[in-house]
Amino acid sequence: MSGEIQAEDFSFWYGETQALKNISVTLPAGQITALIGPSGCGKSTFLRSINRLQDVVPRTRHEGAIRLDGADIHAPGMDVVSLRRRVGMVFQRWNPFPKSVYANVAYGPRVNGIRNAARLDEIVETSLKRAALWDEVKDRLRESATGLSGGQQQRLCIARALANDPEVLLLDEPASALDPLSTQKIEELLFELRGSLTVVIVTHNLQQAARASDHTAFFFLGELIETAPTQTLFTAPSDDRTEAYITGRFG
Amino acid sequence: MGGVAVGDRIYRGVTTLAGLAIVALLLYIAVEVFTGGWPVFRKFGLGFLTSSAWDPVHDVYGAAPAIFGTLVSSAIALVIATPLAVGTAVFLSELAPRWLGQPIAFLVDLLAAIPSVVYGLWGIFVLEPMMRDSIAPFLQNTLHLGGLPIFDGVSYGPGMLAAGIILAIMILPYISAVTREVLMAVPRSQREAAFALGATRWEMIRDAVIPGAKSGIVGGIVLGLGRALGETMAVTMVIGNAPTISASLFASGYTMASIIANEFAEAAGLHISALLAIGATLLAVTLVVNVLARWLVARVGVRYT
Repeated sequence: MSGEIQAEDFSFWYGETQALKNISVTLPAGQITALIGPSGCGKSTFLRSINRLQDVVPRTRHEGAIRLDGADIHAPGMDVVSLRRRVGMVFQRWNPFPKSVYANVAYGPRVNGIRNAARLDEIVETSLKRAALWDEVKDRLRESATGLSGGQQQRLCIARALANDPEVLLLDEPASALDPLSTQKIEELLFELRGSLTVVIVTHNLQQAARASDHTAFFFLGELIETAPTQTLFTAPSDDRTEAYITGRFG
Repeated sequence: MGGVAVGDRIYRGVTTLAGLAIVALLLYIAVEVFTGGWPVFRKFGLGFLTSSAWDPVHDVYGAAPAIFGTLVSSAIALVIATPLAVGTAVFLSELAPRWLGQPIAFLVDLLAAIPSVVYGLWGIFVLEPMMRDSIAPFLQNTLHLGGLPIFDGVSYGPGMLAAGIILAIMILPYISAVTREVLMAVPRSQREAAFALGATRWEMIRDAVIPGAKSGIVGGIVLGLGRALGETMAVTMVIGNAPTISASLFASGYTMASIIANEFAEAAGLHISALLAIGATLLAVTLVVNVLARWLVARVGVRYT
């Protein structure tokens, strides 16, 4: 099983502001890890560091290392484009391209060099099925993606990320703008994906973290306070700040 | 209570009046120009638009060379300016570091502040010799394009190509400024979506930024086209001012705007009417282009959710 992520003393700065302080953690391959913590605690920054999307933000820098299956993702030999193919990402606000459903899902494989039409058809179908969207869109693959409902668009974005057959899937509050039913569908689908790839999900919704993850990591003020199997963290947190957060005393 | 209502009514009255005044002014100008040109429209009919005889001495007027010149010089301007302007805008909004991008953006905007007549002077003293000694020989002898009708014949300097080049420089800042704005308006989430799927920076620009900005870019091109169609002074100074239709871009030509600017001073009788008729035609062409453009902008637009 590949897709293990290891952070070692990873720190991150926006200009002079330190957003992450010496994060060391292992996110096990094939499992779901939830990152929780109050706004501005650094969990999204950490998530976006895993596929080096923070690289495109001007005036940022990092220290320490993040490893994907043992390989330093910032090493000079690491191609950021192929890293992002291996590490897919889904954003808080669904962001399909204003193109057809098909073109959205096929985008990743296409920029990564797959041209064969039959192969693309197959990838699009498989990815939409993995994202539990195939039955709803199989008759409207050529229609614009922006005509789908919000929940469908978000699952389309998941399908689009899965089309690259990544080893890791990062999700940045994927359900925070969705209704409960759409949220449930996404949680179910993450559970289906479990075992086939590593899932890292940032969420503000503690119930969601408790329901839908194997491990939970609690971030506070740029530090990783505690990481534990989800059940342990929610029932017997070892740090007072974790307990305060999960019992709703701040955040 | 009563005071508010009165103030409201005055405000509504004044703004309505201002709005209507613009409409009235526009209609008034259009009507005056059309009635002024009416004797020529009546005498030559549709032939005025299709005939290429422009002979004030014998009072024979055909606007075809001027219409041709306006459309062709504007088309040349668009062909040259669009890629340059879009390229500049992409560079400034996507690639240039801030310290470099801002001064360049300022300089590009400054191109729009140079008076038309200064462009004309530059055209006469710099561009025309360059046309004659470098550009035409380069196209004909180095690129061996002399066999094409559009690059046929001898360039003396002034002509359709010189006018098109001047126009291209003049409309570049408009296209570039509008394009830059719409590129920057493309949501960051679209850029990140492309990056996160393994797109390179170039693929991200090609697939996420430019399609999202397409309608705005077309809008900018149309704004530039509007400027090019009506531009008078600089074109008059470099186009050669000959009412002829020639396939060669090195040949002299005329535009609707430049024929008016050149001849109104010594015009009398039917000649005046002919110039007004040209003005009316220019008005109509501009209107048609703008309507087409709006339709085009609406058609290529994309909607995000």
